[in-house]
Amino acid sequence: MRTSELQVLPCGDHAILVELPDLEDVLALNAALREHEPAGLVDVVPAAQTLLIMFDPEVTSAQRLTDDLTHLPDEPPATTESAPLEVAVRYDGPDLDAVAAAAGLSAAEVVERHTAATYTVAFTGFAPGFAYLTGLDPRLVLPRRDDPRTRVPAGSVAIADRYSGVYPRSGPGGWHLLGHTDAVLWDLDRTPPATLLPGAHVRFRAEDGRR
Amino acid sequence: MIEVVDPGPLALVEDLGRPGLAALGVGRSGAADLDSFRLANRLVANAEQAAAVEFVLGGLAIRFRRTATVALTGAPAAVWAGDRAAAFNAPFAVRAGEVLRVGRPERGLRGYLAVRGGLGVAPVLGSRSWDSLAGIGPPPLRVGDLLPLAGDVEGEPSVDVAPVPWPEGDVTLRVLPGPRADRFAPSALDALFGGDFEVTADSDRVGLRLAGPPLPPAPGARELPPEGMVTGALQVPPNGRPVLFLADHPVTGGYPVIGVVLTADLPRAAQLRPGDAVRFRPTARPAAGVAGAARAAAASAARSPRPPHG
Repeated sequence: MRTSELQVLPCGDHAILVELPDLEDVLALNAALREHEPAGLVDVVPAAQTLLIMFDPEVTSAQRLTDDLTHLPDEPPATTESAPLEVAVRYDGPDLDAVAAAAGLSAAEVVERHTAATYTVAFTGFAPGFAYLTGLDPRLVLPRRDDPRTRVPAGSVAIADRYSGVYPRSGPGGWHLLGHTDAVLWDLDRTPPATLLPGAHVRFRAEDGRR
Repeated sequence: MIEVVDPGPLALVEDLGRPGLAALGVGRSGAADLDSFRLANRLVANAEQAAAVEFVLGGLAIRFRRTATVALTGAPAAVWAGDRAAAFNAPFAVRAGEVLRVGRPERGLRGYLAVRGGLGVAPVLGSRSWDSLAGIGPPPLRVGDLLPLAGDVEGEPSVDVAPVPWPEGDVTLRVLPGPRADRFAPSALDALFGGDFEVTADSDRVGLRLAGPPLPPAPGARELPPEGMVTGALQVPPNGRPVLFLADHPVTGGYPVIGVVLTADLPRAAQLRPGDAVRFRPTARPAAGVAGAARAAAASAARSPRPPHG
């Protein structure tokens, strides 16, 4: 790993937060850590520009782990070349018109742009199986809702900031809801339970009969 | 087999949780007060990963189908096995057919009941912990639930009593500043370390929501992209009121973390109940540990400009 690109921030007594220039570097470091696991590694949380590395303080230290990072060989980013997973969406979400208005587009144009992109699972978090998908059309980039919903139904297809995502289960959420899918993206009886893992590709397809 | 006669306000099955699954968006969860949880298992000579009952504010009543050795730890309260009085922090036997009852603690929030052998409910993703945020694991206990016992033992119980002093007075938690202390106004750290905070009623296993002096962001601080969160993180949403993340915290979050409470102080944090006062004080980093990383960060920052945030 080129150490000049690493910025290590302290994060309590059992983790470090590594800042990287962009998502590709995050995925590369994540892959390298999986391939050459340093002693005392407990868990790794990849995010947009950071990698949170949790360690066992009885085995290693922040300093030793930082040294380990600088000696990791470069790995290619963990992207898969397999065909994108296609997710069928009914674009009938409660925020579709508001998103269209904010973006200066018609609802049909929002759907067009949302279905035109190929997305990559950048990282998961927020909820089990909730994947942050990068590749969103820049015209659809909007901040999260000012007023988060206390309950977003499972299968809701949503956008916020530079990401698109699908709520795998119902729960609170502040993203803009464009529609919903019947695809089951989180199933504890499967191994792994999450369908969308970092590096996977996704496309959305508009189902007939919207609105 | 044990039977839940009354779960009290909230009773859960917890163990050491499920570390290592962040890539699936699954957090560690597990017992909120790990010190009390571990002690309970140790008192009945269970393996450390054996599952126990974590209960809030007493009120627990459990009928035993067969004689078993048990231990209670955590927020101390009155306890009876049938009509015999028993005590916290010491193993004792509950006979077949008897009901174990726990009263309401005067101080503290969470109690732990370890039964010799551990609870044998089905594990989910390798753990018998209920993760209240993710909705994964054995659900909260209800009246009539039957819990099988497992064979997670290590040796024979040998400790008669483990004296556990319950801390008197206000609780002060030690904090390592960062990773995002630079995103706050200088007055925010003063407010964090000088102010009195109160645990509010909407606190739970996800986190303690704290009322107190607001912790204002640095002028012009931009929104952070989501990043990984640790247990003990003091995350500050735009309203300036910190949330201290406990066992069921989200894997990632979008608000800056001003500091992280030491792991050793988290059991005490998990025993705070709504209305309790809490203070924070800064602590030095471990000499050879994070300090070195901070120096490395400073050196790295000098070489490469900080990347812009989304």
